[in-house]
Formats: sequence, structure tokens, C-alpha cells
Amino acid sequence: MTVIKALFAIVLTLLTGLFVAGAVSAQQPTPSDDQVNAIAKQLYCPVCENIPLDVCPTTACAQWRELIRQKLADGLTEQQIKDYFVQQYGDRVLGTPPPRGINWLVYLVPPVAILAGAYVLFRAFRSWKRPIQQADLEPSILEPPAEKDTAQDEYIHRIEEELRKR
Amino acid sequence: MNDISTSPIEESSQRALPRWGRILAWVALFALLVIVARALLQKQQGPVAVGQKPPSFTLTTFDGKSYGPAEMAGKVVLVNFWASWCKPCEQEAADLEAAWRYYQPRGDVLFLGIAWTDTEKASLGYIARFDITYPNGPDLGTSISQAYRTTGVPETYVIDKNGNLAYVKLSPFTSLSEIKAAIDPLLGP
Repeated sequence: MTVIKALFAIVLTLLTGLFVAGAVSAQQPTPSDDQVNAIAKQLYCPVCENIPLDVCPTTACAQWRELIRQKLADGLTEQQIKDYFVQQYGDRVLGTPPPRGINWLVYLVPPVAILAGAYVLFRAFRSWKRPIQQADLEPSILEPPAEKDTAQDEYIHRIEEELRKR
Repeated sequence: MNDISTSPIEESSQRALPRWGRILAWVALFALLVIVARALLQKQQGPVAVGQKPPSFTLTTFDGKSYGPAEMAGKVVLVNFWASWCKPCEQEAADLEAAWRYYQPRGDVLFLGIAWTDTEKASLGYIARFDITYPNGPDLGTSISQAYRTTGVPETYVIDKNGNLAYVKLSPFTSLSEIKAAIDPLLGP
């Protein structure tokens, strides 16, 4: 009698468990538009270049958004969904190219170009500044201007001659 | 007396980049220009043209079968790029299927449908709607369409028995007779 009771309890527990699991599964909410668009805005459909998937009005993009909704409902994470789209449609569906292969150029060239430009500017500014400083210093170092100028000034020479005559 | 032309300050300002630095900068610039030039050249090339050797590919169909160079060898192969969301594709779908049913018994003609940037569910719906029976599969990673440098859908490429591209159609077929006119000359007597 005890064995029958135990068996009955086990079967009842299993049935209850299955029922609860089924109910939970059925109650899993459909992903909202916001959840779908959070992923869609990071993707681009090759049909409509430069328009993010979340705002693209074409039928193709609507189908893709539904696919994202379906994948979310299936329990896939954001990264898994993006990986799926890359596998199906290639790297170009991503808003930012993955850092591998030739894509590294996208990440390396701009900072290198900025640094190289800054270095060139730094050198240019230094070379522009120095000759001006030296030009300012040149007259005082080389010759006293008064002697040179007055000696060659004919007008002053004539005045001095007139004064000497008196 | 100070000699301005040989002052240490002036010398340092005239010092150039080290030789290895200049070489590296020029090599980097040249490599970048080559990459940009190649990309531009590829964009300007347009789709694969008649007479050229078409890119080789392997298509895995929606039902899991593979069609590669071995299956295509010695056959006239019609490669059709399409999508379920493409209205012009619908115009030619029935004619393509009728042509396939006409040529299939011969055994030396193969039709391959390639679904471009389409979802599997929508593609299968389209195939069922037009009762399409020739092999169809997704363009995984858009690798086949990129190799053919397609510009959209529908586009159709017909390869002759020697493996050369014999016919290109960058718009939908308008009739069954138009499809036959593209294939019949390649079949021989």
C-alpha cells in the first residue's frame, strides 16, 4: 500500500512539474520592439546601405527584425544573434567591422594618422618659430646700428660739417 | 662673433626624420593607397561579364544537398539570384520553374536558385508559393553574390558546358521563350 502511495506521489509530482514547466514556457513574453531594435540598430541590411536595420522601412529589413524577435524568443543572447547574422549575411551587416584581418586598418589608420599629423605640426611650429627669434637677436649681436647708420647718412654728415664751420 | 647658420638650435630644427622612419612612412602610405585602389577597382568592375570564367562556388541547399564544381561540370548551369521580398523576382519565378521542368529530363542542364539576404522562413515560403522544384539555397555570408559582384536581384547567369559564362541577365526574365533563347544555343545539336 505504501509503495502504491509513493508511486502515486512520484507520478503526481512529475505531472505537476511538466504542467508548471509548460505553463512557464507558454508564458515567456514576446520580445518587445525596443528589445528587437536594441540589436537591430547595430545591424545593416545589404539591400539598403547606410540605413540601420531598426529604421529601415523595406520588407527585407522587416523580415530581419522578425528574425531577431524570433531568435530572442528562442533565448539567444545579443552576441549570439549578431554572430548568426554575420554567419548568414557576412561581416558587412555589422555597424562596426570586427577587428580581424584587413578590418584592423579601420582601427589602426586613424589614430596613427592623427599622431603622425600632430608630430609633423609640432616640428613645423618649431621650425617656424626659431628663425624669427634669431632675426630679432641679429642686429644687437652683430653690429651697433647707430655707428653704421649715422656714418652713411649724408644729411647728418652735412649738419656736422656746418657745425664744424661755426 | 656668433655664427647663426651653425648654431645648435638651427641644426636641431633642420634635422630630418631618421631614414627608417621615412621609409616606413612611405611604405605605409603606399600600402594604404594600394588597398584603396584595389577596393575602388573592384567596385567599378561591375558584375562578371560574358566570356569570363565565372567564380566557382558550392551551394548548400535548404534541404542540405551540396552543388559544387563537380555537380556543375559538363552541364549548362543557370544561376539565379533572388529574394522573397523582391517583387521583380516574382515575375520570373513561374517561367524559371517551367523552364526547369522542360530541361530537367535531359540531364545536362542544372538550375540553381540562390536566395540573397533572405530569411530561411521567407525563402521557403516563396519556394512553396511558386512550387519551385530546382535546387535552392541561401547565399551564406553573401559570399557567392560577392564573388559574382551582383548589383541586386534578380540576376541570372548562364554557364556553358565548358565552364565559361555565356549569358547574363540583370533583370527578370519576361517569358519562358526568353529563358529558352538563353539556354538552347548552349546545348548543341
